[in-house]
Amino acid sequence: MTTAQDTTTTKSPVAAPTRGSRFTGAVANYLDERTSISGITKELGRKIFPDHWSFMLGEVALYSFIAILLSGTFLTFFFEPTMTQVHYEGSYVGLKGIEMSAAYASTLDISFDIRGGLLMRQVHHWAALLFVAAIGLHMLRVFFNGSFKKPRELNWVIGFVLFILAMGEGFTGYSLPDDLLSGNGLRIIDGMVKGIPLAGTWISYLLFGGEFPGTAIVPRLYSLHILLLPAILVAALGLHLLLMVINKHTQYAGPGRTNDNVVGVPIMPNFAAKAGGFFFVVFGVIVLISSFFTINPIWNYGPYDPSPISAGTQPDWYIGFADGGLRLVPPGLEFVLWGHTWSFNIILPLIVLGLFIVLVAIYPFLEAWITGDKREHHITERPRNAPTRTAIGAAGVTFYAVLWAAAASDILATHFHLTIEAVTHSLQALLILGPIIAYLIAKRVCLALQKKDREIALHGYESGRMIRLPGGEYHEVHQPLDDYERWRLVDYVDYKPLMIRPDARGRISPVQRVRAVLSRWFFEDRISPATRAELESGEGHH
Amino acid sequence: MAQHDGDKATAAGSELEAVSPRTVSTGTAVATTGGAFENPGMPPHSPRATDLDPRKDKTAERRVGLLFLFSIVGSVFAIVAYIIFPIVPGDLSSVRVNNMLLGVGISVALLAIGLGAIYWAKNLMKDGEWEEHRHPTRGSEDTRAAAVEVFTLGNEESGFGRRSLIRNSLIGALVVSPLPAVVMFRDLAPAADPVALLKETLWEKDVRLMRDPANTPVKASEVTLGSVFQIIPENLAGREDFLEQKAKAAVLLMRLKPEDLHVSPERADWNYQGIVAYSKICTHVGCPVALAEQHTHHLLCPCHQSQFDISHEAKVIFGPAKRPLPQLPITVDAQGYLVARSGFHEPVGPSFWERS
Ligand code: HEM
Ligand code: FES
Repeated sequence: MTTAQDTTTTKSPVAAPTRGSRFTGAVANYLDERTSISGITKELGRKIFPDHWSFMLGEVALYSFIAILLSGTFLTFFFEPTMTQVHYEGSYVGLKGIEMSAAYASTLDISFDIRGGLLMRQVHHWAALLFVAAIGLHMLRVFFNGSFKKPRELNWVIGFVLFILAMGEGFTGYSLPDDLLSGNGLRIIDGMVKGIPLAGTWISYLLFGGEFPGTAIVPRLYSLHILLLPAILVAALGLHLLLMVINKHTQYAGPGRTNDNVVGVPIMPNFAAKAGGFFFVVFGVIVLISSFFTINPIWNYGPYDPSPISAGTQPDWYIGFADGGLRLVPPGLEFVLWGHTWSFNIILPLIVLGLFIVLVAIYPFLEAWITGDKREHHITERPRNAPTRTAIGAAGVTFYAVLWAAAASDILATHFHLTIEAVTHSLQALLILGPIIAYLIAKRVCLALQKKDREIALHGYESGRMIRLPGGEYHEVHQPLDDYERWRLVDYVDYKPLMIRPDARGRISPVQRVRAVLSRWFFEDRISPATRAELESGEGHH
Repeated sequence: MAQHDGDKATAAGSELEAVSPRTVSTGTAVATTGGAFENPGMPPHSPRATDLDPRKDKTAERRVGLLFLFSIVGSVFAIVAYIIFPIVPGDLSSVRVNNMLLGVGISVALLAIGLGAIYWAKNLMKDGEWEEHRHPTRGSEDTRAAAVEVFTLGNEESGFGRRSLIRNSLIGALVVSPLPAVVMFRDLAPAADPVALLKETLWEKDVRLMRDPANTPVKASEVTLGSVFQIIPENLAGREDFLEQKAKAAVLLMRLKPEDLHVSPERADWNYQGIVAYSKICTHVGCPVALAEQHTHHLLCPCHQSQFDISHEAKVIFGPAKRPLPQLPITVDAQGYLVARSGFHEPVGPSFWERS
């Protein structure tokens, strides 16, 4: 092992063992003689973790999940997942005597009759919102850094599954209290499911245990919410972290960093202290938010009733993109063909969103095929150094953002005093044009930044200091870079497009042609890193 | 352009490159180059203030200790708040106070531990950059050969590949074995056919239109111009399947000036003196259509903004819904109360495959 510092550190002079250390020694011995734990400790204890703020997004997700587990377990002790009708007799005056499901009544009890119950509900809900947000940002981080490249493609897919599970957990949880909003959410799901050709009616019927809303859906979602989905989620999470340890974390380019090493701090004690501390910070912030800001005040909505609804209500943020998809669909897309009803106003958004999600899931494999790159990559790419990918990402984000904004089209309209028609039509246009514009801009920006990096690597920073040359012209002094700073700017892989070449039988297959075209699209516009030869030739030295 | 194969300059994948050099299928050629600079190696380490000045080290230590002690204070505060600020039944502000003080105590307890630990790590724990070597993810050739050997032995010793009768029948049995579990999902829902259920509502001839939620009948004379009534059928009250039936039977009732109503000939007698009743369940995915605009006679669904024009038999004028809201034919009974002339003439609510 090459070490910048000796990872085992120098031995301190042996002091007489204190009582504390004798005790830990005895415990360690007891455990090791029964579990071989010393091997794992030796293997993992001094593993090195690279440091960067953006690497903490995944940690935020992990820690908010722990907050969810703890608060959710507290809620299960009081929540009654049944739709049996009861008369509310709790202490919230506004709903006294009203008929409601036991699920709704017990959620009111958690909120108003159990000390800390409201806090735990709010912790659970705020943590859920943060959880999904952190996963989303973490995914974007991984995407724009190209950290999904070999050998991490499978971990990208696992992470994707985690994202879907998180949204599933969120939706099933949101539906449990059986308030007006959650019931309306379920109503929309019911309507969407019914629009699925062939099997939709039956899927809805089986899901709800009869006609909507029935009395089965809350207990069923409860099983999913606290048993099946968390079990799968924890398993996938474990696998995700295990693969992360096996693959080791990627690191940004920098002096001393190569594709063959990891530079950072060891798990014990430094990383453990920082990460453990960060867990408490994340948890503390969630509790702090929950102490002051109400979330999902179900007592204001009332129990579920299929008839009333209020305008301007919003689903939890991560469901917005699907809701927006339903809103932006062009008018009139429902037909009767061959004696059956085809609800393309539902099928079309389902297909578009499905394709979008599938593209996200398989992106690493697409890019690997286009680049033909089968090597391992451990250096985190700066987004500017992969302009085409960054542009694709920008287009994807824009697409998602427009769908998301569309879920609030009514609020946008009232807020900006526009007609709902104008807002909807603009968003429809933006859904198509926005990604294209974002693609073009992002690509240009990346190339410009790359050019600037190259300038700086060769000529140094502009110092802002002007001098007058003997000839009379003015000239700005450039502050040259040292080797360490320069290395950050020049250490990236410069691809060139794949070229078509006849195969062994002297033929060029159509697949290879497509691949070459895609590869050209991917790599044609690029700026090669500055080289030492250029620096030394003094090219452009003013 | 020919092959510009990765020259030695970058370390990118160098380790693995030696094991499996970069090759793509024979139909294409690849080219990469790296920056032709040399990696300058680890930069010199600069010590922190706490490394140089023992007094600063001591101050930092004290800060960490204080933070941890502060955390204990937060926990104790939370417990005290739990006890001395109980929830007073019926008093919303007591809930708020309990929630806030308990929460603040807990968050102080958590945040102080977190900040203390991070501060400790950043300022007092040994500082610097450690380096660890990466190995290619794939196993060594020996390991891989041994793994292949395991499968070869497994195959030979069991005869899995050789004994095709056993193998194929086993695969068949495994494929079929989950089917009973799939079939068992049938009883997630009752035996009745969903399609028939979806096509019927409680509305039928002479069923009175009742106000929701008061459950009182409505006289035609009470329905003034511009008013909107939320309606449920008379036979809904007290039913076991109250919500399921209400989810299909909810109706909106309003009166338009007769000259504003554009009625098709076959629906000539579906309104009563300009009073019309339409299903309240959106034909898109089933939200209640709740917002009525009086002067335009438009109904707006708040879920995805479909708009229905009541003066034109609720046809869709905007949004994702395609079908008009189904109309409930109405008239008055002997006492002057509004009643249904018949049930709906088509299924209400969202579309479904077997609808037409
Ligand atoms: C990633 C995982 C999870 C997410 C995103 C999530 C999300 C949610 C949400 C948004 C609610 C609605 C809360 C409200 O405002 O009333 C909820 C309710 C609930 N969740 Fe979770 N949850 C997760 C995991 C869990 C787990 C693991 C448990 C149990 C161990 C749990 C137990 C509950 C219970 C009992 C309720 C209903 C109580 C209530 O609404 O007050 N959840 N969940
Ligand atoms: S449910 Fe009414 S517009 Fe979608």
